[in-house]
Amino acid sequence: MDIIVCVKRVPDTAGATIEIADDARRIREDGLVFDMNDCDKYAVEEAVGLKKKYGGSVTAIALGTEDVEDILRMCFVTGCDEGIRLTDKAFQGSDAVTIARILHRLIQSMKFDLILTGAQATDDGYGQVGSALAELMGISHATLVIGIEILDGKARVHRELEGGMEEVVEIRLPAVLTIQTGINIPRYVSIRALMKVAQKEIKVLDLKGLGMREEEVGESGSNTSIERLFLPPLTKEMEILPSDPGEAATRVVKILKDKGGLV
Amino acid sequence: MGRIFVLIEHRKGAIRDITWEMLIKGRELALRSGGELTALLLGYQIRNLAEKLVQRADEVLVVEDEKLSNFNGEIYQRVLSKLISEYKPALTLIGHTSFGMELAGQLELPITTDCIDLCLENGALKAVRQMYTGKVNAEISFIGAPSYIVTVRPDVFPAEGQQTGRGEIKYLSLPIEEIKYKKFIEYIEPAVGEVDITRADILVSVGQGIGDKKNISMIAELSELMGGVLACSRPIVDKKWLPKERQVGLSGKTVKPKLYLAIGISGAFQHISQIKGGHIIAINKDPRAPIFGVADYGIVEDLFKIVPVLTSKLKEIKAG
Repeated sequence: MDIIVCVKRVPDTAGATIEIADDARRIREDGLVFDMNDCDKYAVEEAVGLKKKYGGSVTAIALGTEDVEDILRMCFVTGCDEGIRLTDKAFQGSDAVTIARILHRLIQSMKFDLILTGAQATDDGYGQVGSALAELMGISHATLVIGIEILDGKARVHRELEGGMEEVVEIRLPAVLTIQTGINIPRYVSIRALMKVAQKEIKVLDLKGLGMREEEVGESGSNTSIERLFLPPLTKEMEILPSDPGEAATRVVKILKDKGGLV
Repeated sequence: MGRIFVLIEHRKGAIRDITWEMLIKGRELALRSGGELTALLLGYQIRNLAEKLVQRADEVLVVEDEKLSNFNGEIYQRVLSKLISEYKPALTLIGHTSFGMELAGQLELPITTDCIDLCLENGALKAVRQMYTGKVNAEISFIGAPSYIVTVRPDVFPAEGQQTGRGEIKYLSLPIEEIKYKKFIEYIEPAVGEVDITRADILVSVGQGIGDKKNISMIAELSELMGGVLACSRPIVDKKWLPKERQVGLSGKTVKPKLYLAIGISGAFQHISQIKGGHIIAINKDPRAPIFGVADYGIVEDLFKIVPVLTSKLKEIKAG
């Protein structure tokens, strides 16, 4: 079972306060901590788990600046065998379909049974790279996968539906599966383990190396464009309670009593 | 703008809310642009659904075939592609749901996903979507294509609206190819757990801000003192710190308590959209956390400073 896993480096915005850059088309990245996209961590863990069970190899691919080597090394620690970085200035501004096109150019010459991606990235959140990639490769796919079992020449996968429901489908291999969080528990990657793989070779390819032209990628290759970013308007008038713990607690108790609690 | 397609989402014989939401938004765009609103209904034994839809669309195109019985991305995508190339809609709306995510990216058309608003600006379509875990909105424009796909976030647009008169139902006979790659096996219903958070009046809900599994007990204690039920957001379930039955959100449960205390929950849309009614008190140290956008009361402070004090205060009260 040869597996390709596509990973993305994103700013950790869940716990951070976000500010918009002056050109209103990007966020300010200084001060933000970057990490592997959350779903992708589960995808990498799943790929390595499948390799352990069925044999084969795992190759991790990341698109971005030189900095994406951080997350490729995390992949090595988890158990990926090889890492490939796709870096070119021209890739900037690519939308989901264009990113899929770049990945496709690389992957079409590789041997694999399964491609795993995260279901959705926490930065742009398009959630389309996996299925667009499958379409370009002419293979099948399943999204929001929360369980995988490999059968003869096919995979039986569980897809997450709304309201706690699941859908079970059988899908012929090779296929693309987009992995949802919660499918496993990604292992902790320590600094010490990362140091051990610091020298491991990462293959680097650029636009030319992929045999692509500038107009096929980036903003010029994309059919959608971000016009401007803005902070979401508040939908509700909120009362800010005091941040002093004692005063805050008094107010919360009062609200609780008013709403019929604590009787 | 010419024709607007809305792909009808239904499961187990019932039309899903996202369908009505898209039809309302689709109608608004059609009215503004003088276009026509067309509902696409794919399935098997669905004629009763077509009757319901025809009140809300100018035209309902129905493709009925046994192979369309259960949603199957592979086959739905092929039928949808055929209909798009034949009818050439300017815009196709699909839900940003488990159903829609499975096929939207396969249509080889310019696409933007998970949109929270759509409008026409000088005749050109603009979409608004969220980025960075809901902390930033982005305005998206489309570049030079005759047909676009937009997936729409559920629970954003109203599902109820004016009936717009009776349209026409058209049954199409399309040759449906055999399914080669993907086979539907079954649905699995959520397991019945030991608590039912959907029936609680007071929910004390914990999110990623709690940091460590061992800290959950602190929130459980607070919940008990408040006479509430312990709930959580998705990351807590992903980490297996609490069982899925306690998860509030699109992939978990929809709740309607009288009081919802959100502790260390940043407020992803999938979470906050499923708290229906009641008062929300949020504790989070990020003043721009999306949870504060829906909360009635906010405490902008580290939860580890607030929760212990609140807990001892409640203990004092209980002790009389």
